[in-house]
Amino acid sequence: MIPRDGKRTPLTFESITPGAGLTAALKLSRADLIAELAASKLRGRGGAGFPTATKWNLAAAARVQEGQHKYVVCNADEGEPGTFKDRVLLLDHADLVFEGMTIAARAIGARKGILYLRAEYIYMRRLLEAELIQRREAGLLGSAIGGLEGFDFDIAIRMGAGAYVCGEETALIESLEGNRGEPRNRPPFPVDTGFLRQPTVVNNVETLAAVAAIFAKGAAWFRAIGSEQSTGFKLFSVSGDCERPGVYEFPFAITIADLLSQVGGTNAKAVQVGGASGTCLPASEFGRRLAFEDAATGGSIIVFGPGRDMLLVAKNFMEFFVEESCGQCTPCRMGNVKLLEGIEMLERGECSSAYLSELFGLCETMQLASKCGLGQSSPNAFLSIMHGFRNEIMGRSPVPMRGER
Amino acid sequence: MLVNRQQRMQDLIQQLIERHGRTRSALIPILQDLQREDSVVSDFAMQVVADELGIHPAEVYGVVSFYSFLDHEPRGRFVIRLCRTISCEMAGKARVARQLENELGITFGQSTADGRFSLEWASCIGMCDQAPALLVNERVYARVTADQVHAILDECRQVFGAHAAHAERVAVAVAVAGGAS
Amino acid sequence: MSSPVSPSVDTSRAPTSQTVKNDPLPSDVAERIGGSITVQIDGRDVKVPMGTTLLEAAKRVGVRIPTLCHHPDLCVAGVCRVCVVEVEGQRGLQASCAYPVTSSMKVWTHTRKVRQARRHIIDLLLSTHHGECYSCKRNNNCELQALARECGVDHYRFGHVTESQCPIDRSSHAVVRDMDKCILCRRCVRTCIDMQEVGVLEAIGRSSQTRISTYLDLPLADVVCINCGQCINRCPTGALHANDSSDDVWRAIDDPTKHVVIQTAPSPRAAIGECFGCEPGTSMTYPMNTALRTVGFDKVFDTNFSADLTIVEEGTELLRRLHSALVLQQPVAFPQFTSCSPGWVKFLEHFYPEYIPNLSTAKSPQQMFGAVIKTYYAKQHGLDPKDIVTVALMPCSAKKFECNRPEMADSGFKDVDFGLTTREMAQMFKEAAIHLPDMPGSDFDDPFGTSTGSGVIFGATGGVMESALRMVLELVSGSPVEKLFEHANIVPVRGFEGVRYLEIPITQVSPKVPALLARVIPSFEFLKGATLKVAVAHGTANARRVMEDIKAGGKFSECHFIEFMGCIGGCIGGGGQPIPTSPEIRAARARALYQEDAVAVVRKSHENPAVLKLYEQFFTDGPGGHLSHGLLHTSYVARGKHIG
Repeated sequence: MIPRDGKRTPLTFESITPGAGLTAALKLSRADLIAELAASKLRGRGGAGFPTATKWNLAAAARVQEGQHKYVVCNADEGEPGTFKDRVLLLDHADLVFEGMTIAARAIGARKGILYLRAEYIYMRRLLEAELIQRREAGLLGSAIGGLEGFDFDIAIRMGAGAYVCGEETALIESLEGNRGEPRNRPPFPVDTGFLRQPTVVNNVETLAAVAAIFAKGAAWFRAIGSEQSTGFKLFSVSGDCERPGVYEFPFAITIADLLSQVGGTNAKAVQVGGASGTCLPASEFGRRLAFEDAATGGSIIVFGPGRDMLLVAKNFMEFFVEESCGQCTPCRMGNVKLLEGIEMLERGECSSAYLSELFGLCETMQLASKCGLGQSSPNAFLSIMHGFRNEIMGRSPVPMRGER
Repeated sequence: MLVNRQQRMQDLIQQLIERHGRTRSALIPILQDLQREDSVVSDFAMQVVADELGIHPAEVYGVVSFYSFLDHEPRGRFVIRLCRTISCEMAGKARVARQLENELGITFGQSTADGRFSLEWASCIGMCDQAPALLVNERVYARVTADQVHAILDECRQVFGAHAAHAERVAVAVAVAGGAS
Repeated sequence: MSSPVSPSVDTSRAPTSQTVKNDPLPSDVAERIGGSITVQIDGRDVKVPMGTTLLEAAKRVGVRIPTLCHHPDLCVAGVCRVCVVEVEGQRGLQASCAYPVTSSMKVWTHTRKVRQARRHIIDLLLSTHHGECYSCKRNNNCELQALARECGVDHYRFGHVTESQCPIDRSSHAVVRDMDKCILCRRCVRTCIDMQEVGVLEAIGRSSQTRISTYLDLPLADVVCINCGQCINRCPTGALHANDSSDDVWRAIDDPTKHVVIQTAPSPRAAIGECFGCEPGTSMTYPMNTALRTVGFDKVFDTNFSADLTIVEEGTELLRRLHSALVLQQPVAFPQFTSCSPGWVKFLEHFYPEYIPNLSTAKSPQQMFGAVIKTYYAKQHGLDPKDIVTVALMPCSAKKFECNRPEMADSGFKDVDFGLTTREMAQMFKEAAIHLPDMPGSDFDDPFGTSTGSGVIFGATGGVMESALRMVLELVSGSPVEKLFEHANIVPVRGFEGVRYLEIPITQVSPKVPALLARVIPSFEFLKGATLKVAVAHGTANARRVMEDIKAGGKFSECHFIEFMGCIGGCIGGGGQPIPTSPEIRAARARALYQEDAVAVVRKSHENPAVLKLYEQFFTDGPGGHLSHGLLHTSYVARGKHIG
């Protein structure tokens, strides 16, 4: 059996009738379909928060080459540390995810869909293949879906091969094309030039499930939840020093303090919002709201209890980035190593304020000049931990020499 | 008629090309199947695949060397991937790691001499709520403690055994009972 | 008569992100789709076609943006991030080499953030760049060094490695890899995979473990490297350089018992001035002769002489093949391929070994010369060939491999002892404190100082073909080739288009076969009414296209003669030529060669009096005869592309 536990709150997805969204969506013209999605103000659930309807609009308008197709790709490369909501969604609500992909295909005029499943989730592949077979048998995939002549769409599963950077949409596409997962120059964007140079929409697992929910219950319903700029409900992956780790659903704009009280982490010293590429917030910031306009996140919440050495937390994050950087561009490939070295110097008490200042400058360069989001956000953890916990980091003694007490 | 290893590999690659296609975008699925079959993407396999797909061997090597789940150097039959990212770290992966090294007599990055086990680190595998977690080939184990390591290894030896190549038929084990809070 | 052809197979392989063309849309197309946009760069407005990169737009308005991984010959990479600029409305900095203009925008190229980013990138690269400038081959001609100075590097902000991290790969005769100096700009990868389609170098590994390497990290000599050295020409640092033989040459010069002769190819003469600050295309032919004698060479010969010899041998071979096929009805391999480019030859030996019979058996001019010097010349001058050291000044890195091929010892000794690149020669001049442009001119030495315009143009793509046609068409038709092509300039085979094709109908034939060819072909009658089909390809990617077309039975399989050059532009773009290279630089070098040809007194190989004398006195049974086969022809090795 595959790990099935993980939900800590009921999920709205459980109350969505599978198929309802697709049925409603197929009654609309393409333009109206995208307009309805726009009305929901749904933003991408993978972390970047790009307005989904805008993405679909661009792809719908893009031209496809003679004899080629447009593509809908579900980004199931969930690799952000502390994120596992997509694991639960794929195991329990794959039908909604596939439904969302089908609605996307209808909207942009795609004929082929790809579920890019990270290698580490190989254990759920058979289950997902079985779901696809069922859908084909039920006429939900294949030709003339929902009785709509000309609406042909099918989904194939492609496995990742173990690279966090392939969660970045252009690196994902490079991987699909048989290349090293090195992000592309943008512009052009995948909605215009994507997989095999054709217009491609890449959406997160949760985004696609949310699409199915939105069309099942209406954009207005979705928009009424959450905040003005971050509509809808959000799945949070909570782990670390808390009593009840797991997947939670909350509306956007819940405060960190509220979340901590729900998960049994009220004595937390700090919370990492948004995974390794997110921000570390000390207790003084727990009044902030989890939303795109405040503390933005793809849903990863890692709780650090009172005893945690924050420098070692920073070190773990930087080791992650050093391992996972694709290596293509100078600031990320080399900058992450320098930041890790800096942390090791701090561990030994050998980092001067002056050099630390240089590293902060390097952080800015990485955030500005890296080729993709990995290098642009890898300094975030370093910076936020340095700023939030400077007193416990500076002036450490090196490991005592033999004979010293 | 004796079929030698290379001929077997040629035939397998032809089958994989039929299944996945002869284009560049079929490369990684083909390599993944080879990796699953052989626990390695060998020199011979890389050159045959390169030739068949019309790309350079160096490019195939570039792809294999990029991804954590593809190897050009032989790995053991069972590749153990222990997550070392923050949530598993905080939940005590260090002790699990130590015990794995004890039991197998190797360190991370190595394979046992009998070719049975390899120990690798993994970056977050998405089991943070049930940490520490590890993968063995296509199985995931969660809430692993140091004292469970021996049982896990034994399970591999017994359950996979002679049918290791046919992992699909094997039921995937779940976390051993009595895990975290 | 000629037509640009797209061969039947398209094998574009570069990743999508890296196929952004360096050229913007043609302006008429841009206008038609309403795509001319005004961009403001550092306060200056410029109107550009849609799709133009910011880097290009800046150039047009006189704003210079430093770059590192960018190269005019290569697809866009956007990996070094040196060329980043601030774009209004964008949070992050954008790589100007890759960012296309799609709407009106404001750009700033040297704000605080940009300057900091550039500086940080250089500091990061220097932190792992092992090696001191003063002991590096690229000292004073290194892009990293230049950027460090430009960005005001005055200390190692992020540290500096003091120990070598990787051993130097010296396995190859031609190309040396010193990866301590690699900055991972990927130019060599884009050159080898995208531009040349040989595919030896690639990025291996991930993250900070990424390295540029070969298949299974094998030494360069053990993979399918063809030694073309195009990677060397485009490497911004000293990570790649040619295998320098100048120490060996100095040793020979300093040895009083050795008679050291040098032959100089035309392409170095048109380019070596660049190493002394001259504009590309400044011919240094005659000053160089003086400089070479000053350095200590005993004799200075002109490779163009043996280029003429090659034409006579190869042209004869072509006629013999045609005769065998059409008259004697024997199975003969067509088309005949030129064989003077050792990079191309090795390329064919690896990737198309089944076409070895198509390669002309004629050696390259360099190798013919070596064989002749250690036999005919030695005898003529009463020298013991074991005391003769033959050096070849070539634009080529592959010639270092070629002269070491086991077959290249027909004289009984190594026919050519050392190949020197243009860059190495310039270095030797500098060691002798010679400023080349200031040297007075002097002539080549006899008996091999006589050459024709045909020999000179060997250095440009299409030059060998033009030389061969001047001879073949004139001898076959019996009337001057100027009657067919004005001034004997066979323009349709000139230029830089990747693949060129030409059909020449043979409407009249000479009733008499000239004495030179009489032993080989009894009559030209069989060619009357025939159409000679020829083609020219340069760069191995274009060679591949032609070969695939031939394999598929396409248009090129019906050609009779094809000139292949391993390097883009022909030898003037060779792996031993001055760095940097660009389409403009190569065009200038080629122009110098065609100019020298235009004013040459003798412009056809078969009219070279020294060549004719050689046949009279030495290769007495004529071109393609037994004697010339013994010294001037060679064989090839079916290497295949399997590695290991």
